Amino acid sequence: MPQLAELPLLPWAVALPLGGAALVFVVRERAQAIGLAVGVASAAVGLLLALQVATGGVQHHAVGGWGAPLGIDLAADGLSALMVAMTSVVGLWVSLYSSAYFGAGDGGHQRAYFWPLWLLLWTALNALFLAADSFNAYVTLELLGLSAVALVALAATPAALGGAMRYLLVGLLGSLLYLLGVGLLYGAAGTVDFRLLATAPLAGPAAAVALGVITAGLVLKTALFPFHFWLPPAHASAPAPVSAVLSALVVKASFYLLLRFWFWVLPEAATPVVTNLLGLLGALAVLWGGLRALTAERLKLLVAYSTVAQLGYLFLVFPLALGSVEGFTAWGGVALLLLAHATAKAGMFLSAGAILKASAHDGVSGIDGTAQALPVTVFAFALAGVSLVGLPPTGGFAGKWILLNAALATGQWWWAAVLLAGSLLAAAYTVRVLTHAFTRLPGEPPACVVPARLEWSAVALAVTALVLGFAAGEILELLRVGAPVSGPVLMEQLR
Amino acid sequence: MSPLLTYGVAGAVLIAIGLYALIVRRHLLRKIVALNVIGNGVFLTLVAAAPRLGTPDPVPHAMVLTGIVVAVSATAFALALAVRVRDATGAAVLPPPGDDVAGGPGH
Repeated sequence: MPQLAELPLLPWAVALPLGGAALVFVVRERAQAIGLAVGVASAAVGLLLALQVATGGVQHHAVGGWGAPLGIDLAADGLSALMVAMTSVVGLWVSLYSSAYFGAGDGGHQRAYFWPLWLLLWTALNALFLAADSFNAYVTLELLGLSAVALVALAATPAALGGAMRYLLVGLLGSLLYLLGVGLLYGAAGTVDFRLLATAPLAGPAAAVALGVITAGLVLKTALFPFHFWLPPAHASAPAPVSAVLSALVVKASFYLLLRFWFWVLPEAATPVVTNLLGLLGALAVLWGGLRALTAERLKLLVAYSTVAQLGYLFLVFPLALGSVEGFTAWGGVALLLLAHATAKAGMFLSAGAILKASAHDGVSGIDGTAQALPVTVFAFALAGVSLVGLPPTGGFAGKWILLNAALATGQWWWAAVLLAGSLLAAAYTVRVLTHAFTRLPGEPPACVVPARLEWSAVALAVTALVLGFAAGEILELLRVGAPVSGPVLMEQLR
Repeated sequence: MSPLLTYGVAGAVLIAIGLYALIVRRHLLRKIVALNVIGNGVFLTLVAAAPRLGTPDPVPHAMVLTGIVVAVSATAFALALAVRVRDATGAAVLPPPGDDVAGGPGH
């Protein structure tokens, strides 16, 4: 058996889902079986890659042996490995869920087209997280956007088509701005390679403008308040497994690139004004998203607004970790929150999809009595909600707790207030759904059945969000591989 | 004004025009054309911003070529989606995102 360190996992993490996407596009009548098999294999490769980075350090691969600057390089440090692992775990359960979700109702149209698009999306995610240069990241960003829009449009309702169109226009604008920035950076530094950009002496107006347009494009694609307007309609109208991957994974991809540029390429560009502005927009997203989730009429719209709120937390990394010598506390907290949100939100969207399959209408009030009919699914929804709120011992708690410590340790207590207010709002909108789910309907409990795979995939993701809280130590160790910030994880301040 | 600066300024002007039309115009076809105008502005700027020491640098040219390929396929996809939106809603404009969202910022 070959050693783990020698396995060429980097190229396989991209090639496997890409080959699978092409295969299921050609062999449409077997798409479901092949797609599920490729999904399981891709998840295994992604998790092995994380193990490889954890044991062997930063991985690097020159595709075709060409190498930079001519060829395409793939690279994986701790952050990349964690993102690929997150994609693998969410992707595995979403694949399993999808194999039971799409019926033959519309002549098998959705089922036939879901699998190639989903595997293409998976390819784009892995390739983006492993891209070693900023231009390759642009190509994968476009691939990601196009496949995500096509997946939203799969629902084919007027709301989904409109949401997809808005999503496409915003996404294309965002990636064009990103491309402009990459080109300007090339003009200033003469390279697109992330490692070379990090060491290049970048200064002056050209670099500042480049970072500005890159940030504008990526913030638009990450749906940071007030640029979140496109997210709720698109995420709420897509088929449930698609909503899950959009909220859990796709928005994280552009955030990941933001981290690459701000922490590796141009950390010296971070002035307190800029970092606090990004943090402030994040804080407003937490409050606004939470309030909209609290008042949303429809169940999936509520979950989508919860994504707007949870994305806001991630932007607290800029005021708390950037420009600080020992920024690892906030860096680790945000990474944990990101992973916990990915698994919990995917679980929440999957359980919402199962609930909606069984309930009268898609309003929050239409799910009355669901706890009697679908106890397992409602359990998954509640458990995912517990992680989103940040109650111990979930991954959401670990992330928020560490971030809270970082806010107090750096003397920026106002961000801690945002964290607490956001948790309160999350608790309120989760309880609002559960109150309806546990409302007993008169008469016999409705005997509605959804496939067991729908229910248990959601449970698996919610349980993963819970387990993340116990694995926080290992995750932080992996995150240290090639991390741009150092220092201990400060946990003293609240004792 | 050097020719390169002229290209750079023209690129910036194209981006501004396209951005204005993308936000202000309601018809989907106009929005898609606006995105293409922005794209052309970006491509023009990239070629102008390439460092030139004697011979032109081929890397930004390769970037622009890739960008054009992406723009063509994205435009085709956007046009197809726009036709579906018109068929489903009766008008080639973005439908309001639902009464639940109305009143939010950005509208």
